[in-house]
Amino acid sequence: MEVYIRSAGNISPQHSLDTDSFFLSRITTSNNYFKSEEPDYDSFIDSKMIRRMSRIVKMGVAAAMTCLKNAQVENPSAIITATAYGCLEDSSSFLRRMIEFDEKLLSPTAFIQSTHNTVGAQIALLLKCHNYNNTIVHRALSFENALTESILLLQEGTGPILAGAVDEITDDSHAILSRFGLFRKTDNHLGNIDGEGAAFFLLDKDPGEKPLAILKGLQILYNPESTVAIQNSVLEFLKENETTMDQVGFVLTSHTGIKRQDEQDDELMNLLFEGKNSFPFKSLCGDYPTASGFALWMGAVMLKEQMAPFWMEHGPKFPLKNILIHHHSGNSHHSFFLISAN
Amino acid sequence: MYKLKEQVIERLNLKDLKPENIGDDQPLFVEGVGLDSIDALELIVLLQQEYNIKLSNAADGPRVFHSIRTIADYITANSGAVKVTT
Amino acid sequence: MSSQTFVAGMGIVSAIGNGLLANLQSLSNEKAGIGKMKFLQSVHSGELPVAEVKFTNKELASISGLSSKLPRTALLSCIAAYETLLDAGWDKSFSPRTGFISANTVGGMDRTENFFKLFSKNSSAGKLTDVVNHECGAVTDLVADHLGIRHFVSTVSTACSSSANAIFTGTRMVRAGLLDFALVGGADALTRFTLNGFNTLMILDKELCKPFDENRNGLNLGEGAAYLLIVSENGLKQLGKKPYAIVSGYANANDAFHQTASSPEGTGSYMAMKYALNSAGLQPGEIDYINLHGTGTQNNDIAEGTAIRLLFDPSFPKMSSTKSYTGHTLGASGAVEAVYSILAIQQGIIFPNLRFQTAMKEFPFKPVTVFLRNQNIRRVMSNSFGFGGNCTSLIFSAA
Repeated sequence: MEVYIRSAGNISPQHSLDTDSFFLSRITTSNNYFKSEEPDYDSFIDSKMIRRMSRIVKMGVAAAMTCLKNAQVENPSAIITATAYGCLEDSSSFLRRMIEFDEKLLSPTAFIQSTHNTVGAQIALLLKCHNYNNTIVHRALSFENALTESILLLQEGTGPILAGAVDEITDDSHAILSRFGLFRKTDNHLGNIDGEGAAFFLLDKDPGEKPLAILKGLQILYNPESTVAIQNSVLEFLKENETTMDQVGFVLTSHTGIKRQDEQDDELMNLLFEGKNSFPFKSLCGDYPTASGFALWMGAVMLKEQMAPFWMEHGPKFPLKNILIHHHSGNSHHSFFLISAN
Repeated sequence: MYKLKEQVIERLNLKDLKPENIGDDQPLFVEGVGLDSIDALELIVLLQQEYNIKLSNAADGPRVFHSIRTIADYITANSGAVKVTT
Repeated sequence: MSSQTFVAGMGIVSAIGNGLLANLQSLSNEKAGIGKMKFLQSVHSGELPVAEVKFTNKELASISGLSSKLPRTALLSCIAAYETLLDAGWDKSFSPRTGFISANTVGGMDRTENFFKLFSKNSSAGKLTDVVNHECGAVTDLVADHLGIRHFVSTVSTACSSSANAIFTGTRMVRAGLLDFALVGGADALTRFTLNGFNTLMILDKELCKPFDENRNGLNLGEGAAYLLIVSENGLKQLGKKPYAIVSGYANANDAFHQTASSPEGTGSYMAMKYALNSAGLQPGEIDYINLHGTGTQNNDIAEGTAIRLLFDPSFPKMSSTKSYTGHTLGASGAVEAVYSILAIQQGIIFPNLRFQTAMKEFPFKPVTVFLRNQNIRRVMSNSFGFGGNCTSLIFSAA
């Protein structure tokens, strides 16, 4: 069974809602956070519903609607949403008020919108979709676990599946994550930046009209014993998908530019990806647990268009058949995606 | 009542509406402005925070929040009785 | 080889006891765990009854072997998960293809609340150790690491149907041959965040809740954790034990009506129950007992009741809400009630819907009000319907 990525919708710090714009120009930042380029949400969502939605919900809904529109599908058979942090703005807002007013005069809206399944629920509500609906909240493997479930559903005969990932930056989240020393100092142009985005995909056994790409395989590794263990696992994974490293024309890596965070990425470059064209996707979307959503979108559109963005130096050669994506957070949560041109 | 309309618009994030757009007697829920049960809960918090009035029985909500006028009347009726002294 | 999936182990900690036996004893003694707030600090402590697990964090830490500085949800999760593995006789030597799919809605919010008390006044204040495990997934990882499971670890969060969905997902992964053993369920601790959140929705009962009663006034919040070990026929042979039950049916549907309220017709509930029956190849008349979602709110009980009437009319199985014992344990409720549903099959018992007095005027049925023994319970349906319209029904059958 092939898993086709029939369409996608992506709101990110790049011009990702319009693929042509993404290929034409790249957005950079000198800050240590990278906020999304957002559309006018009024064109996506009815004003009666939009008034209650926080930014992350609007991002998720707009990305999902774009994805469905691109495939001309109105009612998916399942909606699976992934988010690591959930709805931070409303959570913070409710918490702060709870503390300031000593558990009185609290807003029901903020509480309701703070639950992790809000994005998935709002999509279902807008579509009046009564079908299967799930939300996965598992750190840097949230999106990967959501895809695993999507593939399982397709194998069981349910489809097409709307699967996506969304996470946001808020003032509070950025302040807290900064204190963990995760991001570069603002005036230092190297290093990691806080990121966010909403990426949704329509997955199906049927290719539909003009699919973006094929999701050949997905490998998840939690707490791998060593980099060599990862290497062996990847080679095995490629073999299971009847591919070898030679046949992979391009690799999207999780390099952040911070030496101590990139140690394992550098080791894998030596062990597995030596000589391969590669690109650090987090430099485009920032670092956040569900950034693999951005990477999957980027790889899929490059395979569909069979070209690299004009601004990409040392891009891959075309025709390009296979892209490998490596997503990880720390040395504990790793995933590899193999995607192929249709 | 203009101020009340402003407060309702702000609390419920009714960005498209101005106070002039809401009739004094226009139904707020279901038809008319089209508010729902969560908005009713927010209005309960509004009453408490801005007017120090506690609506402890949610079942009174539909009656009290029927229109801007009924809310205004409720606020007037509950803002501390005028004591008649002999 | 059959693709049947079996429940080979169970574990639970709730307001009515630590462990299967303690819970069973409380259930049969009709002893609820709801009362005055004792462990959580809140301005509402005198006003809102809750169903707390009767241990401090220090005590939970001591039982679980984890640090008392970790989120309470992780401590509860660890205790119930460990009991499940012990109960099944599983250890790491069995198969590396063991998965842990745990659900929760609060994550490490109990610690985050402490952090925000200081952080909200000064962004350099607050201990980072209080937020490092804030995420729902972080709580799951803590327990997975402690148990030594790493092949597949995931967290589901769909409000009140969370752990039912976790059970559902793990079962399907075993059925598909992706896992040999799936430890599935969920946990949620009581936090000020959720207590106040539900309070703003005005759906908390200031007295002990009365699910499915005409004069019900809302729900009581609870906390707890529960897990099942789901295995294939092969896995069962390896463990060398008899299964508790078969996971024979499951379905997930969305009400798509409103963010928090259920549609009056109970559309999502109806679809979840109906498709669960379809997936099990069963007729409504073949269900012996329904463990209701039965929170005690005006809205849920009427929606669920309407869906039941539509689906089961004219012949209604025995039914009850065990939230009358444990309160609403949110992310853990699907799993807590799955454990009780399976105990019903295994022990031939039906639990009463405590404090029930008056039948809802809309329905020609009412819940069971006394503890029943020596019942022939072969098939149980367990309902979990949550915010966001997420509705899941599970069906367990005698093995």
